[in-house]
Amino acid sequence: MGGAFLDAASGAPLHPVAREALLAALEDGWADPGRLYSAARRAQVLLDAAREVVAGAIGARPDEVSFAANGTQALHAAVLGTIRGNTRSTVFVHSAVEHSAVLHALELHESSGGTALEIGVDSQGRVDADRFVSAAHTLGVCGAALQAANHEVGTSQPVSEIAARISVPLVVDATQLVGHAPVPSGWSVLAADPRTWGGPTVGVLAVRTGTRWRSAAPPDDREAGRVPGVPNLPAIVAAAASLRAVLQERDERAARHWAMIERIRSTVAATVPDVEVLGDPTARLPHLVTFSCLYVDGEALLTALDRRGFAVSSGSSCTSSTLEPSHVLVAMGALTSGNVRVSLHRDTTEAEVDEFLAVLPQVVAEVRDELGAAGL
Amino acid sequence: MRIVDSRGRRCPLPILDLARAIREIEVGNEIVVEAEDPAARPDVQAWCRMRRHEYLGERPAEDGTPGYRVRRLH
Repeated sequence: MGGAFLDAASGAPLHPVAREALLAALEDGWADPGRLYSAARRAQVLLDAAREVVAGAIGARPDEVSFAANGTQALHAAVLGTIRGNTRSTVFVHSAVEHSAVLHALELHESSGGTALEIGVDSQGRVDADRFVSAAHTLGVCGAALQAANHEVGTSQPVSEIAARISVPLVVDATQLVGHAPVPSGWSVLAADPRTWGGPTVGVLAVRTGTRWRSAAPPDDREAGRVPGVPNLPAIVAAAASLRAVLQERDERAARHWAMIERIRSTVAATVPDVEVLGDPTARLPHLVTFSCLYVDGEALLTALDRRGFAVSSGSSCTSSTLEPSHVLVAMGALTSGNVRVSLHRDTTEAEVDEFLAVLPQVVAEVRDELGAAGL
Repeated sequence: MRIVDSRGRRCPLPILDLARAIREIEVGNEIVVEAEDPAARPDVQAWCRMRRHEYLGERPAEDGTPGYRVRRLH
């Protein structure tokens, strides 16, 4: 049977370099890097080296980089620390299409009396820069969050342009971008997720020197006081090693992914009736695309694709635990039924894309027939 | 004005109900889909765009269920 793993945005398969580094670090990096004996010092050397690699990749200084347990925790800390760093102002500005981790952190802020000010997006998922900037200039704003690129539809945001025009700290969710495209300048606080570039589960939180940011977690001296507890050193070492490998081949791979996604966009639009291919066709992530099919049950579509060996994800309500449609698709005014997100990783081949594009129209037709949607 | 009762029907069934029922009304007339499924709100609007009918906004039913108004244009 054929098929392919096309859900790299949820977590790419472990990069071979990450596997190698992980095993080596389990041998050599098990000790607590905060202690004063030789095994601890070896661990500290590994941690310092990993921090330097990650800092270089995101345009930060090593002392600005901390490691969290995972991408979600990094996003939570990025937002809540920015809010706590400026207690006299309580309004936090964000785009309507931020990752749910950002929105959940802001729900917590609102439940303790704060305000979250949402800025809408256009039909491609891009925030209105002027509206975002003017909201960020409102009295009482303590910070703002804008993702580098959207995790569901791939549309990139005008991060550098907006960062240059506002004075409050800007939290940038770069979780789908790092390893795939250059990090935009201007961030004050940044979160990244090694799972998206083939690393293990661990998170990256960077706070630019001089940013008013204060940890919202109980005090702890680890990771510059930004993330409590002993860091997961083997995972950090593996994340950094794979990032270095991924960056060496990034431009070549991004160009390959770009062309594959372009082919998926045009072929799906041409071969699947009543489909909306979503997101910006050009200002986007190289490796990700989303489309929605009319009269299609998203869960049935995922199940039918899985039967043929294809792993994809969906923002349709029937595929979510809450039975709510994706807030990203809703904010764009996009169709939410029969939604499919395809995201590529370094080993995705042209043949896999070909096979996916060959089976998709038939799978969609089958799912539609089951609903009796023919001719509607 | 025609009312389509899609209570208890999950995405994408309310849109299918709408697509079937709109054939039974005259061009220019209005139809209301009553559905509590949260996906119906974005999807009725997206359907109107894709099928070139006019979305007229919401009108809740007496029991509070959201209703989505659509005018048949062709």
